Amino acid sequence: MTFNSASFVVQVAALLIVLAALHKPLGIYLARVFEGTASSRPERLFYRLAGIDAGTEQAWSVYLRSVLAFSAVSILAVFVLQRLQGLLPGSGSLPGVDPWIAMNTAISFVTNTNWQTYVPETTVGIFVQMTLLAVQNFLSAAVGIVIVVALIRGIARTRTQRLGNFWVDLARTSFRILLPIAFVAAVVMILGGVVQNFWATDVNNHAAGISQTIPGGPVASQEAIKILGTNGGGYFNANSAHPFENPNALISLFEVFLLLLIPSALPYAFGRMVGDQRQGYTVAAVMGTLWLASISLMGWAVASGQGTATAAAGGLGEGFEQRFGPVPSAIFATSTTLTSTGAVNAAHDSLPPLAGGVAMVNMMLGEVAPGGTGSGLYGLLILSIISVFIAGLMVGRTPEYLGKKIGPTEMKLAAMYILVTPALVLALAGITVLLPDAMANAPATGPHQFSEVLYAFTSASNNNGSAFGGITTSGPYFSVMMGLAMLLGRFLPIVLVLALAGSLARQGKVPASAGTVPTHGPLFGGLLLGVTVILTALSYFPALTLGPLAEGLLK
Amino acid sequence: MNTLTGYLRQAGTAVRFLLFATLVLGVAYHLAVFGAGQLIAPYQANGSIIKDSAGAPAASALIAQTSANDAGAQDPRWFHARPSAVKWDPASSSASNLGPNDPKLLDAVTTNRSAVAAAEGISALDVPAEAVTSSGSGLDPDISPAYARLQIPRVAAAQHLSAGTVISLVNKHTTGGLAAFLGQPSVNVTALNVDLAAAAPSK
Repeated sequence: MTFNSASFVVQVAALLIVLAALHKPLGIYLARVFEGTASSRPERLFYRLAGIDAGTEQAWSVYLRSVLAFSAVSILAVFVLQRLQGLLPGSGSLPGVDPWIAMNTAISFVTNTNWQTYVPETTVGIFVQMTLLAVQNFLSAAVGIVIVVALIRGIARTRTQRLGNFWVDLARTSFRILLPIAFVAAVVMILGGVVQNFWATDVNNHAAGISQTIPGGPVASQEAIKILGTNGGGYFNANSAHPFENPNALISLFEVFLLLLIPSALPYAFGRMVGDQRQGYTVAAVMGTLWLASISLMGWAVASGQGTATAAAGGLGEGFEQRFGPVPSAIFATSTTLTSTGAVNAAHDSLPPLAGGVAMVNMMLGEVAPGGTGSGLYGLLILSIISVFIAGLMVGRTPEYLGKKIGPTEMKLAAMYILVTPALVLALAGITVLLPDAMANAPATGPHQFSEVLYAFTSASNNNGSAFGGITTSGPYFSVMMGLAMLLGRFLPIVLVLALAGSLARQGKVPASAGTVPTHGPLFGGLLLGVTVILTALSYFPALTLGPLAEGLLK
Repeated sequence: MNTLTGYLRQAGTAVRFLLFATLVLGVAYHLAVFGAGQLIAPYQANGSIIKDSAGAPAASALIAQTSANDAGAQDPRWFHARPSAVKWDPASSSASNLGPNDPKLLDAVTTNRSAVAAAEGISALDVPAEAVTSSGSGLDPDISPAYARLQIPRVAAAQHLSAGTVISLVNKHTTGGLAAFLGQPSVNVTALNVDLAAAAPSK
């Protein structure tokens, strides 16, 4: 398989053009949904059934309590119902899911990670796929979005406790944003060849003279929200490499577009909600620059075709699908790890070592280019606050961000935010490599074995969900440790972001002065980009040298 | 205590929210997509099932079929798909997940290379990469046009067909155009073999 550079450039350009064209109309629509107050008739019915008082707003601590209560209830429900699968309709002859796997999966889908320690084909039936996993695909994506909305309100509002109503925000995001786009996307996918039925079909394989059972299922509906919500948990084990999830290179490009769609429109909504569109453009420019740099690096690393086995095969091929080849796979691999998606259309474990390294670095950046639905933008807004602080140190002024003072409280929250994921990744991967029994689950040797473990904890802590599939994580040790990484990697940052939103909302607006560092334009964009890259490099460089860099550079 | 009652009240709302959201997002949504699919594109929605000359379902055009018997030997009368980490069983799907420097992968690739060379009667140097490497899904129905061309003489001889007939069948199942530019030109082995079965004089 050869790397067609012309095809690569055309597809990257096409993605940029289409996303640039759509980010404004979609951004305006998103801002309207978040700022609107009127409810439709079905929404009012829904609020009445769920017991929600749509007219009240919540302080940050109450908003947080709602997020945590909702997530805890969701994890419990997904866990218990998986355990009871044998008793549920539409599950065929599948029994209840193993408790360790059920726990890991419940956490994985509620945290928007969608790490799959289960093998879908042999573990979960249509009931679990539709009513548990697909539902969490919607709701976990919506939770990410409402958190960034609360943060934006905290920045935009003054002298108030009120950050909005979590339940109303969650319902509106699910029903007005995710549901209609997912429906249209699912129909497009069906036209492209993605399956959507409820039965398997027996066919007669003439070449072997045997019968073959072609699986079915509500795949298109699951696939659409899995990609749109930057979730990534496949209906099938092979994820978006499976022909029924991703039947051709056109649909593959459509899936990449879809997973970038909401994260790339959120900056425009942000600019609109804070009343300064330049803020949104600066953030979007930083996201776009990082994405472009990363995808170029990924293209180069994949095209290198490094590896002894790859050389013996006469080129790339292992883990790639023939209908895609290296170009769509490089584009997909970068976009899935720079968002919190984690779907794959090629086996990341078999990528050239430096390409696997780029995928890891993408997640280590905190998935901010453009990031998961909501989580990408709140990650970059926290980094903006860190950047303002650093700039403030240089000019000797109390830092401000969009008229709000960044005092000790705000800085402590922002600093803790950027420490959470590196601490989780490095501590948990570090503990794991010291345990021979745990390492036996990764049968590879040398730096590649370390890469598999590092990738797993990077993916879980950043709520990505993609994997170096050579590692087996279905046992108790990995189920618990990965579950811990996903839980803390999701909810500690959310606690900190909401606390920050509350603290910013309480303040009055400080008028901009000569000493205020403007947070728009190329200068600040460059600073933000630098801070993002340097923080990542400082945290992870030593770990990367032991894994992908050792394997990629020493051969 | 206040916090506890606060959490309990929130949990009550959460249960009701989840229940009613599930009716919309977990049931109605899937059924609406199902209905739309059956209405506008039933062929795709039902798995792109193609039929044999007798009109019976023969394959999904998207899923690989093997000609290998239980012992793993490929039948020379048919075009061969790529190696599969799941033995082309659509009840599962997986890549090998072996690293690019893994000795096990090196062994597998080397073994596959000599097997393909022997089957086609060509030099091991002429075997394309995708013919010796397993796909991402294990169910990849496609091979490169180069690998298809290598198989034409063997298939034509074993099926007692003229090379011209087989070549035109291969061309019919070669993907070109935009999909090939975005991805790669590919030959769909599954659909090709179904057509071949219809064209072959003897079974």
